[in-house]
Amino acid sequence: MGYPHKPHDRETTVLSKYFGDAEAITLAGWKQRGGYAALEKALGMSPAEIVAVVKESGLRGRGGAGFPTGVKWSFMKLDDGKPHYLCCNADESEPGTFKDREIMRWTPHALIEGCAIGAYAIGAETCYIYIRGEFTEPIMRVEAALAEAYAAGILGTNAMGTGKTINIYVHRGAGAYICGEETALMNSIEGRRGNPRIKPPFPAVAGVFGQPTTINNVETLAAVPHIINNGGAWYKTFGRADNPRSTGTKLFSVCGNVQRPGNYEVPLGFPFKDFLYDLCGGPLPGRRFKAIIPGGISVPIQTVDEAEASLMDYEGFVEQGTMLGSGGVIVIDDAQNLVKQIARAARFFAHESCAQCTQCREGTSWTTRILERIVAGDGTAEDLDTLVDIADNMTGKTICVLSDSCAVPVMSGLQKFRGDFEALIKKKTVHMVPAVA
Amino acid sequence: MADAMINLTIEGRAVSVPQGTSILEAAKTAGILIPHYCYHPGLPVAGVCRMCLVEVEKAPKLAPSCATSVAEGQVVHVHSPKALEARKGVLEMLLINHPLDCPICDQAGECELQDYTYQEGRAAGRLRDGKRFNPVEDFGGDVMYVTNRCILCTRCVRFMDDVAHDAVLNVSERGDRALIGKFEGKDLTHPWAGNVIDLCPVGALLSKDSLNKVRAWEVDRTASVCPGCSQGCNMIVETRDNMVVRLRPRPNDAVNQYFMCDQGRLDYRWMNRQDRVDVPLVRQGAALATAEWEAAIAAAASLLEGKRAHVLASPGLPNEALYLLSRLVGKTGGAGAFRVRQGEEAPLPGVPDLARRTDLAPNGRGAELLGMTRAGAPLAGMKAGDVLIVADEELAGMDAPDVAKAGAIIVIGTTLPAWARHAASVVLPITNVVEEEGTFTNLRGRVQRFRQAKSGPGFARPSWLVLADLLAALGESATYMMANDVFDALAASHPEFAGMSYDALGLKGALVKSAAAGATA
Repeated sequence: MGYPHKPHDRETTVLSKYFGDAEAITLAGWKQRGGYAALEKALGMSPAEIVAVVKESGLRGRGGAGFPTGVKWSFMKLDDGKPHYLCCNADESEPGTFKDREIMRWTPHALIEGCAIGAYAIGAETCYIYIRGEFTEPIMRVEAALAEAYAAGILGTNAMGTGKTINIYVHRGAGAYICGEETALMNSIEGRRGNPRIKPPFPAVAGVFGQPTTINNVETLAAVPHIINNGGAWYKTFGRADNPRSTGTKLFSVCGNVQRPGNYEVPLGFPFKDFLYDLCGGPLPGRRFKAIIPGGISVPIQTVDEAEASLMDYEGFVEQGTMLGSGGVIVIDDAQNLVKQIARAARFFAHESCAQCTQCREGTSWTTRILERIVAGDGTAEDLDTLVDIADNMTGKTICVLSDSCAVPVMSGLQKFRGDFEALIKKKTVHMVPAVA
Repeated sequence: MADAMINLTIEGRAVSVPQGTSILEAAKTAGILIPHYCYHPGLPVAGVCRMCLVEVEKAPKLAPSCATSVAEGQVVHVHSPKALEARKGVLEMLLINHPLDCPICDQAGECELQDYTYQEGRAAGRLRDGKRFNPVEDFGGDVMYVTNRCILCTRCVRFMDDVAHDAVLNVSERGDRALIGKFEGKDLTHPWAGNVIDLCPVGALLSKDSLNKVRAWEVDRTASVCPGCSQGCNMIVETRDNMVVRLRPRPNDAVNQYFMCDQGRLDYRWMNRQDRVDVPLVRQGAALATAEWEAAIAAAASLLEGKRAHVLASPGLPNEALYLLSRLVGKTGGAGAFRVRQGEEAPLPGVPDLARRTDLAPNGRGAELLGMTRAGAPLAGMKAGDVLIVADEELAGMDAPDVAKAGAIIVIGTTLPAWARHAASVVLPITNVVEEEGTFTNLRGRVQRFRQAKSGPGFARPSWLVLADLLAALGESATYMMANDVFDALAASHPEFAGMSYDALGLKGALVKSAAAGATA
């Protein structure tokens, strides 16, 4: 992980190698550490060659959906005569996730280099880095790095002296969770209300300003220079041998009731049990884990048994009833009222719903009201059936997945921890387990 | 994509529609209404209400039928259990913050939220918690916003943005705090802004003018044409107890799509005027005395005997009356003229060729086609001793010396102005535009029917009947039982109208020959 702790022996630091290294922030320091060699190499390749290398590496989107990056890039038709755009999604608004923040704070040039390579590979001369508004420090760092890169001739109309145009702009979000959804992000860049758009048309056909657009996560783009430098085959060596569909390293942001919260970088397929108990140091003294949310608040809650049996990659987490998501690990121990945590998550979604789709606008708020009433001790048995019904109506029926995301903790919570809900309804408090030690 | 036809099955019915058609529109062609709120054919697709979800075989999820294009071989189920369950869910959610105040809501009876809830919603809601509350807002113009009833379909926002091109409304706030807001310093004062009231599928946007006036189920509705200007917007006249209470647009793609301007919409009080002339009057010395129709027609005919008739016609008269007036002019060797009151043009930019026109009369084009002369001073051509027939017109604004040339004045009208009490020899009361049947020809040459929405006062008769009787009294062959008989005679004698009949005109009208040739050229 690096900053604020020293990396754990079992971490594999590719993206996080220079976290906490103040010199890596500057252009000079970054170049000393091998920076911009990948961009130079990439600009000497054809876009198709770059896409081929990224395809070979097996790199998949690190924002949550896990779509193969090389395949996404190959949707951009280079000869369509239209201006292309690359958008870097640095909105990182998924609760429990703070990996992109560290990339931008410590290695802003890694992101810029990845953006430049990505833009060139998809035939875009313009890239927007959409950073969430609350990220004041990362915005400062990225803007300072951009200024350095322009001054050094790395970006601009003659990028690295090749005559190619690569312009990168920072677009600052205003704090809406939904602007991390790619089509809402594009609306926001255009100056519109950040509402998700109906798909089709997909961004590769009509994205920002109606032109072909690719949207990639910060972590995805930051991995690209390493792949260019070392080759696709090298990247594939990270990951478990029996699952070639998940390759490379991944940053996991850990928060909640663990000994050592923070960012950790491990190869995909790493055993989650080792991760939780060894790298993160296990539960707080005298406590036991109760539930784990491994990929940001939008993925299903795991029981401790499920978590301990999980392998940390796209397929491994699905096998254990959840998803890799953004890699935001939220750990909840036995001192917590899980229903209250779920109610808090629902309140977040109710607050952040863009209000377009009926099920989301009304359902997130209704779910919150019921959950908060249950937490307050005024729940009924019928409420649980109603919650399931609302969650069902909120799943798979709206423009984007915010509504589904709100239903996920409710559904998985009710499936796996129904007793906690029922106990509250019977006005018993089994949640406040006294500390063992 | 010229006319590639797509074949699919909707609710077991085979449907064939052009490529690019939405499932929702395709279903309409098969007579199947897919419940929806945010979709409106006159607005860009939003796809937000999620009410029009249907089940498409082999698709992983339910599809929003407004935003999903038809595909070859698609099999669509509108009323499958899965689709019904989804829509039931939407309806319940739309109602959880809704005040359920139908008994005091103006929209009740014509509310799509009410209709679909009765049709396929739950019998009872399950909300046990408090509802979100927001106060009523004045949106300016004729519009008020009852926030709590709003379902955020955004039809009003899209109308103002994409049709009126006047961004006044927006969605403010997020989540279930969201509401329709006005941009700072803006009001719904656009001349076409009132359309948001009709577009609103629920009782959120209401007309201040018709607030609390009638219940939707108490009114009778009649297809008509707006007499406000030469555009000829199709409209529906709503009446209760023989009073016009509201005018609303009636869809016609060729004229006004789904819209009408606020001025046309709100200008109906004159249709209910109570100070009408409702008996025929014939001058006896200094005063006008009531007379039987036969006596009044005979008196008018005897005035015209051997005299030239100079007709001052209103461009608000229907083609039928103008046709008979032109025959009267022909019979007596006289002349016919009209003037048109002028206003300011107010276009609706999002719809091609739709505006409130400068000509503030519905039938100037018809008057011209039927031989009347448009003139600034329509009495200038009158010769001394002519009989002046003032047909649904005013003498205000005419030169006194011109008027003085008249040998006698016959007034055919709906009211009795002060000047007529002294000047008219005969007064023949006629019904107004909502009290009789007829046709107007709009500025583009489209001949459109309007129907009778209420009965006329007293002994007043339709304009065509009065004029036909007068022609008959002058020895002309003019025996007509119905307005359509007059129109048939008009069509038979005027090549521009050749082949037209009330049946052929239907609800959408038809272009006169010269305009049709121009449209296809």
